[in-house]
Amino acid sequence: MEATMERVRWTRVCRAEDIPELGARVIRRTGADIAVFRNAEGECFALLDRCPHKGGPLSQGIVFGKSVACPLHGWTIRLQDGCAEAPDVGCTRAFPVKVEKGEVLLQLPD
Amino acid sequence: MKLVMVGNGMAGARTLEELLKIAPDVYDITVFGAEPHANYNRILLSPVLAGEMTIQDIMLNDVGWYEKNGIRLHLGKKVVRIERGARKVVAADGTEERYDRLLLATGSNPFILPVPGKDLEGVITYRDIGDTNAMIAASKRYRHAVVIGGGLLGLEAANGLKLRGMNVTVVHLMEWLMERQLDRTAAQLLQRSLEAKGLHFLLKTQTAEILGSEAGRVRAVRFKDGSELAADLVVMAVGIRPNTELAEGAGLHCSRGIVVNDTMQTFDPKVYAVGECAAHRGVAYGLVAPLFEMAKVCANHLANFGIGRYAGSVTSTKLKVTGIDLFSAGEFTGGAGTEDIVLDDAQGGVYKRIVLRDNRVVGAVLYGDTADGSWYLQLLRDRQDVSGIRDHLMFGQNHLGNTGHQGQNRAAVMADAMEVCGCNGVAKGAIVRAIKERGLFTLDDVRKHTKASSSCGSCTGLVEQILASTVGGAYQPQEAKSKPVCGCTDHTHEEVRRVIKEHRLLSISAAMKFLEWRTPNGCASCRPAINYYLICAWPHEANDDPQSRFINERAHANIQKDGTFSVVPRMFGGVTTPEQLRRIADVADKYKIPTVKVTGGQRIDLLGVKKEDLPSVWRDLDMPSGHAYAKALRTVKTCVGSEWCRFGVQDSTNMGIELEKSLWRMYAPHKVKMAVSGCPRNCAESGIKDVGVIGVDSGWEIYVAGNGGIKTEVAQFLVKVKTHDEVLEYAGAFLQLYREEARYLDRTVHYVRRVGLDHVKKKIVEDADNRKALWARLRHALEGEPDPWKERAAGKASEEYRALEPA
Repeated sequence: MEATMERVRWTRVCRAEDIPELGARVIRRTGADIAVFRNAEGECFALLDRCPHKGGPLSQGIVFGKSVACPLHGWTIRLQDGCAEAPDVGCTRAFPVKVEKGEVLLQLPD
Repeated sequence: MKLVMVGNGMAGARTLEELLKIAPDVYDITVFGAEPHANYNRILLSPVLAGEMTIQDIMLNDVGWYEKNGIRLHLGKKVVRIERGARKVVAADGTEERYDRLLLATGSNPFILPVPGKDLEGVITYRDIGDTNAMIAASKRYRHAVVIGGGLLGLEAANGLKLRGMNVTVVHLMEWLMERQLDRTAAQLLQRSLEAKGLHFLLKTQTAEILGSEAGRVRAVRFKDGSELAADLVVMAVGIRPNTELAEGAGLHCSRGIVVNDTMQTFDPKVYAVGECAAHRGVAYGLVAPLFEMAKVCANHLANFGIGRYAGSVTSTKLKVTGIDLFSAGEFTGGAGTEDIVLDDAQGGVYKRIVLRDNRVVGAVLYGDTADGSWYLQLLRDRQDVSGIRDHLMFGQNHLGNTGHQGQNRAAVMADAMEVCGCNGVAKGAIVRAIKERGLFTLDDVRKHTKASSSCGSCTGLVEQILASTVGGAYQPQEAKSKPVCGCTDHTHEEVRRVIKEHRLLSISAAMKFLEWRTPNGCASCRPAINYYLICAWPHEANDDPQSRFINERAHANIQKDGTFSVVPRMFGGVTTPEQLRRIADVADKYKIPTVKVTGGQRIDLLGVKKEDLPSVWRDLDMPSGHAYAKALRTVKTCVGSEWCRFGVQDSTNMGIELEKSLWRMYAPHKVKMAVSGCPRNCAESGIKDVGVIGVDSGWEIYVAGNGGIKTEVAQFLVKVKTHDEVLEYAGAFLQLYREEARYLDRTVHYVRRVGLDHVKKKIVEDADNRKALWARLRHALEGEPDPWKERAAGKASEEYRALEPA
């Protein structure tokens, strides 16, 4: 995609409907997969696919509200910022996402 | 809207906590507290007096908590007037606050004996931090203490003063101590132990007058018989009275407390009352446990959700005197129509009395060994029929001390460093610390904060014991019958199932809408449960939502710690062929599967399969799904049986294959494991399976509700039958009954423990029509149910297995 004024690079990853409602898809990247989520309101989110607890693949969890439950030990991780719900403590990296004309765009790290 | 709360004790603060949890933005909240302290754990004043804890240890919500939640806090201000017309409250110093809703949590006042000398210096009650500090100060300067009242509070005060070096005498009007909680035998054991600690007792003694010195300080207590006892400190602990002065002044109806309905509303619909000041159905509770239930209900109504009613509480008592174990609950004195089961070991210092009526526990008194108190309380609250366990009721639950905690079953004898939860590595000391520091009262709270008992749950009993002994009478076991599905609703599993059936609800969203779920799309606990209830109630019709299934059931393989999956193909009855084995070997080579392992269920596990490879692995295997990943029928384990074995009397292998072929693809509340043995040597281990079948010369014995996991549970004999068809019918009917009646995630052992084997026998063994109907419903559910692997090998749900490839 073209570079914007702020030199932010947005990468097209899929169409919104490619991600199941209340579900996720995964982008395989060497070293660090990224999970892309869609909630019931059609909002999309992207997190590093590693739970801050023991590295579980968050893309495989159950999505509800604006959270995902890690499939390994059930930690609840917030989709907006990647942080665990209290009393658990820890965060995984969150990536900026936008949906334009049904396309999901992601700001990926270089 | 403005909410004003008067009284800043445990009941009120808990109500605010519950309210903020479910509706943080509805109210602008103001709190008046007459004491100069923020909210503290009043029930732990006794350990403070005894020098085992400090005031800091027992703070629940400090001033910072109120600030953080935007609550205006007026400490040390006593509200003296409510003007209901103008909807405002007025404090003694003139502070005024207007309200839209008013919450009264004014607690109770100690009762003061109307005897001459009651106002002398050195005569105090025992109620708050101020009283506790006064006692601690007195113990440093004076020698003789007299405690009037041999109830719970009086004895805890006496014990604390004794530990602080005073010479203490307890004066009690009745024939024995704690007569409202204990029978005579238990009270005598208690008195003996307290005497051994150096306390003195005067029973059947009535106080006539308190005598003062010239300086106006107490010097002695005179009794009705004219005798006198020297005293530098007199503690009156003869009971409490609901504090209704403010409410009565405002014209609110009061009778033994501020009268409230089941939603904690007073006669003025804008005014609510909770805690010790409230009278609900004629009862004002003086213990902490019921306050929490009231708080929850009240918060729900304040938040305008309008769900939940408070229906009264069954309370229990535990004396917080270190070294003395005492527990009492319910109708401990017995009476008409009751029976007693008693264990009385005076030498060993153990006394237990369980009171039954109509085969249900209605009361219990335990002295010396209270480890099972929480269990008896649970039985009492659940009104569970105990006829089946009556002969060993006295010996306790005995389900404690399962795997993973060194065989311990008594929390009391465990050192702080000993591990309680073997799954999460939590030691006893860490649990006690969390309970005290964070003010936890429920098992769920302890699970959330410490993770103890949150994984396999085998240490739940131990954690409950630790909780009960740390918070004393405030401990409340979960009320199993009315436990909501999760935090998204107040409805129970049973209510959800009933509504789905009665109103023909076919989707999760329809069920949540009908039942007014609080969250837009549930959570990871309720969605899988509802999904199961739907497909169980309406097979072939309900909408099975993959996004509401746990990943294993969505992907049809078991997720492993590194995010790869394992694949276990089905081998009916544990029988395979050279051809199958070759295919498995070829697949393992082709997909570079790192581990191939034989499972405990007589089949082969391929571990470390990449998710993307799953559909082609299944296609190449060309074997049915083993459902090793699902809450469904797993395996039917068999022994060789009469075909080869020289001891075998029945063909167990073929019986197992028939069972597995009829029942595979069956989803259930939890996993289901079966076994068939060909003779009573039972080499297939049928005694620890959900359904275990054992061949005998004249037919088959069927056992149900066994379990070989966390806690080994021996299966119970259900029935003996003659033919293969009968085995199928009985086993199928039992599993369908379990499918229809158990709560999601209950194994058969939990389900049968709750409903009782008699119920199962009635529905299956004694009622042939019902048995056939159950078996027919299960066959209908399984009819045409596809093999998920075959479908996916052919391309179904392919996007689930494909990663995205960004442009």
